[in-house]
Amino acid sequence: MANTREIRRRIKSVKNTQQITRALQMVSASKMPKAQAAARAGRDYATLLNRVLVSLRERVDQDSHPLLQQRPVKKELVILVSTNKGLCGALNTNLFRETSRLEKGRTDFISSGRKAAQYLARTRRAMLAEFEVKELPTLAEVRQISRFALDKFLSGEADKVTVAYTRFVNTLTQKPTLQTLLPISTDTLPEGAAELAEDRKNLKGTSADPENGYGYLFVPDDRSVLDAILPEYVHFQVYQMILNARASEHSARMVAMKNATDNAKTLIKDLTLEYNKVRQAAITTELLEITTAQMAVG
Amino acid sequence: MPTLRLEVVTPTEKTYSEEVDMVTIPGADGEYGILPQHIPLITQLKPGALKIQRGGQESFLATGGGFAEVLPDRVSILTDMAMTAADVDESAAQAAIDRAKATLQDKSIGTEAQAEAEAMLARSLAQLHVKRHGHGQGVPDSR
Repeated sequence: MANTREIRRRIKSVKNTQQITRALQMVSASKMPKAQAAARAGRDYATLLNRVLVSLRERVDQDSHPLLQQRPVKKELVILVSTNKGLCGALNTNLFRETSRLEKGRTDFISSGRKAAQYLARTRRAMLAEFEVKELPTLAEVRQISRFALDKFLSGEADKVTVAYTRFVNTLTQKPTLQTLLPISTDTLPEGAAELAEDRKNLKGTSADPENGYGYLFVPDDRSVLDAILPEYVHFQVYQMILNARASEHSARMVAMKNATDNAKTLIKDLTLEYNKVRQAAITTELLEITTAQMAVG
Repeated sequence: MPTLRLEVVTPTEKTYSEEVDMVTIPGADGEYGILPQHIPLITQLKPGALKIQRGGQESFLATGGGFAEVLPDRVSILTDMAMTAADVDESAAQAAIDRAKATLQDKSIGTEAQAEAEAMLARSLAQLHVKRHGHGQGVPDSR
């Protein structure tokens, strides 16, 4: 059995750890609502953008715009969105497991977040660029990343651009997701699609009904609107996904840290019990020794 | 009289959502006055002032570049900036203008940064315009 000093030292060290995990839990708990709100705030914008895009796509030829063109995939570019800090449970590990399935020779990476950069370096993946993204980035900051991806796609260096990020489902569930960013196609349109269908139903019978062949009037013309809106859509998508990853991060960290704090509590309880037992045993032994000594003398 | 539902959304929030009588939007080809029962239209926006008429009152929003979707009963504005006159910080806007102008003088910075600075300039000018216009005419802000 360990001696009392040893146990006391362990209790102290577990308490210290508990203090850290609890502090981190509090920090994440306060950041989480903000991150979740930011991820939700873009929903109106996304819905509208999707609506405009869908009605545009019906009017123009799929292959008429380079960003809509499906090419045989020789090289894939993956934007890997991770956290900057650890201590968020299996969040990054799960995401990296998804990306590790991608073929080495034909995949290039862009990292956003320090953990992603570390992972790519460790696994010797081809990393084209590394972006540091702030806690809650602005659209302008994210544009650098999406601009880089757009350039690679348009120059033909990548035939497909995918974003690997952790999608926020709810506080307890975050799902590692690979989503195609470019080329833009009908099946890459995310959530807004359902609302769009709803909107369409409401438009039935009005002059905006897409069924009666009388769609929107485009100013200056459909082509220039398309040229302007497609890159904007890409920028916004990346922005949305990064915010989503942030919401996931804080939720995951809060849950992981809460578990850690709880574990520390049980550990301290067990150790304290152990400590008391050892202490009592020591006292008993000592008493016995004194009595025996006295008896021997007497 | 029928009204229009005007919605102004930015990537970070829904700035405005009201029933209005008429809205004038700064389109790519010039200003569009939109009344209810307008034909469906999608236009690009230039940074500028969005004029809203509602119950006999006029108010303004400074908007950045973006898109507008017009339906018979609804106008949705997608933009990267939307500010009321009250939100505009005149000195900050002026400072941004000076900064953007200085950046534009510098020819070495590449087209990307140039475009960024130009957009910044246009946005700040729109802010100032809305601020001064709103004050100059003593137009009460409906919000």
